[in-house]
Amino acid sequence: MLTKELSEDQLLAEFDLKIASDIKIEPRDWMPEEYRNQLIRQISQHAHSEIIGMQPEGNWLNRAPSLRSKKILMAKIQDEAGHGLYLYSAAETLGISREQMIAALHAGKAKYASVFNYPSLNWADMGAIGWLVDGAAITNQVSLQRTSYGPYARAMVRICKEESFHQRQGYEIMWRMMQGTEDQKRMAQDALNRWWYPALMMFGPHDADSAHSSKSMKWKIKRESNDHLRAKFVNKSIPQAELLGLKVPDVKLIDEASGIYEHTAINWEEFWTVVNGNGPCNKQRIEHHIKAHEDGEWVRKTAIAADLKHHTN
Amino acid sequence: MDFKLKYYLQIADNALILSHRLGEVVSRGPYLEEDIANTNVALDLIGMAESIYEQAALLEDKGRTGDDLVYRRAEHQYFNANLVEQPNKDFAYILVRQFLMDAFHVYFLTELTKSKDEFLAAVAIKSLKEVTYHLRRSSEWMIRLGDGTAEASERTKIAIRNLWKFKFELFTESEADLIMKERGEGVDLKVVEKMWRQKVREIFFIAQLEIPEGEFIVGQGKSGNHTEYLGKILAEMQFLPTHYPDAVW
Repeated sequence: MLTKELSEDQLLAEFDLKIASDIKIEPRDWMPEEYRNQLIRQISQHAHSEIIGMQPEGNWLNRAPSLRSKKILMAKIQDEAGHGLYLYSAAETLGISREQMIAALHAGKAKYASVFNYPSLNWADMGAIGWLVDGAAITNQVSLQRTSYGPYARAMVRICKEESFHQRQGYEIMWRMMQGTEDQKRMAQDALNRWWYPALMMFGPHDADSAHSSKSMKWKIKRESNDHLRAKFVNKSIPQAELLGLKVPDVKLIDEASGIYEHTAINWEEFWTVVNGNGPCNKQRIEHHIKAHEDGEWVRKTAIAADLKHHTN
Repeated sequence: MDFKLKYYLQIADNALILSHRLGEVVSRGPYLEEDIANTNVALDLIGMAESIYEQAALLEDKGRTGDDLVYRRAEHQYFNANLVEQPNKDFAYILVRQFLMDAFHVYFLTELTKSKDEFLAAVAIKSLKEVTYHLRRSSEWMIRLGDGTAEASERTKIAIRNLWKFKFELFTESEADLIMKERGEGVDLKVVEKMWRQKVREIFFIAQLEIPEGEFIVGQGKSGNHTEYLGKILAEMQFLPTHYPDAVW
């Protein structure tokens, strides 16, 4: 027992040294169980977010108003499925299966980004989601390219490239809407009003209230704090909104010389209500996923049965 | 209507409406890899449709765009086969519909590469690569569905029984088909049918599925006669341009 304990201490020391020297942790490396669990929680939550995020956009796919916009939206949703796939694979390197992750999602044990529990109500939402929701995600994910777990960091590099493309596509939709009719401008402003706070909430609670933050920062799973990333996003997005001719709700310029903005207080009560399952679409999103999974069960079974038969014949 | 324009629309409408149906199941696939593959097929088809609509708009020469042809035509002005508008009842319906259309597209486009109409020949060459992959995928699925579990086989047989009647229309010549064939710009549907039949027989044999008996000629999509489903597809697809006619998207 003593040898094992010593050995664990040594392993931990080696692990800490790697983290301190910014050497990536790889799947076969020893890692503390808590680090492993934290990563599984975070990567699977990220994967689920990509997959659930397909739904609010899928809501407008068949009402896309031009062939070009339909193709772009369809390709974007497909990219999200692809991101989900990389991320599930990255999580699988930690010893959990995709089936287990999906079961945890369906049981309500695994979360996904709460922002997708809001409805997409007009075509400009396709713009606002790309511009703001993907924009907020990128702000966070750029820092995750330096995360300490190798497979996650590498998945992030690839995902960030595609996400920044999505953000530009979203912005372009908003731009077109603002060049259009009064109705289109109304839709654009309405979409911004509805998605602004949910996008800000994507960075998570204030640093002081964030349950998982301090360990994550110590292990360099997370590289920048929630509040820091949120402020970065706010200050990047406001000039973009002004260029479009849109008004961001409830922000004020706090430092005119350096052009730094501050958003007004986020409604954290609403945030926790949505996180805890009572947002406008939580039930709808999960039911959609469960239905697809259940409807697909006989298909997965026959694929396995037939592949076995035809490979062994 | 100009027979050439009509011919273009017949081809593009098939691809568009089939792609629309596939778009409806995005995020509803049996597993993620399959969801992605389904979207690939939908994207290829919409791309093929788009290039043909744009050329058709030029042919029409009334100052309309490709998008106008998609978003500002009524049900009776659509010339797709009734098969592609049939709903996504389950994965077996989706894949049987797809297999029948993929096989049609492969042999139709193979013939169309010889067209004297340079635009059509070019589209056919480009799209043939894509639909060849589509047919490979849906053929593999037919085998997995027909020769996998008992439940899958049963569902697939039901789908075949209910969709089979719509296949005859694919090979029924419209006036546009006839004239374009005579000019060496269109294809001979009898040749396509022969190749199609051979492929379907081959795959059904491996998949242990049977070809239904009898000839029930249903559907005259090429004459603008559709099942009840197309109207609803268009109502959804055309909602924004219809509701906001002055908007530019």
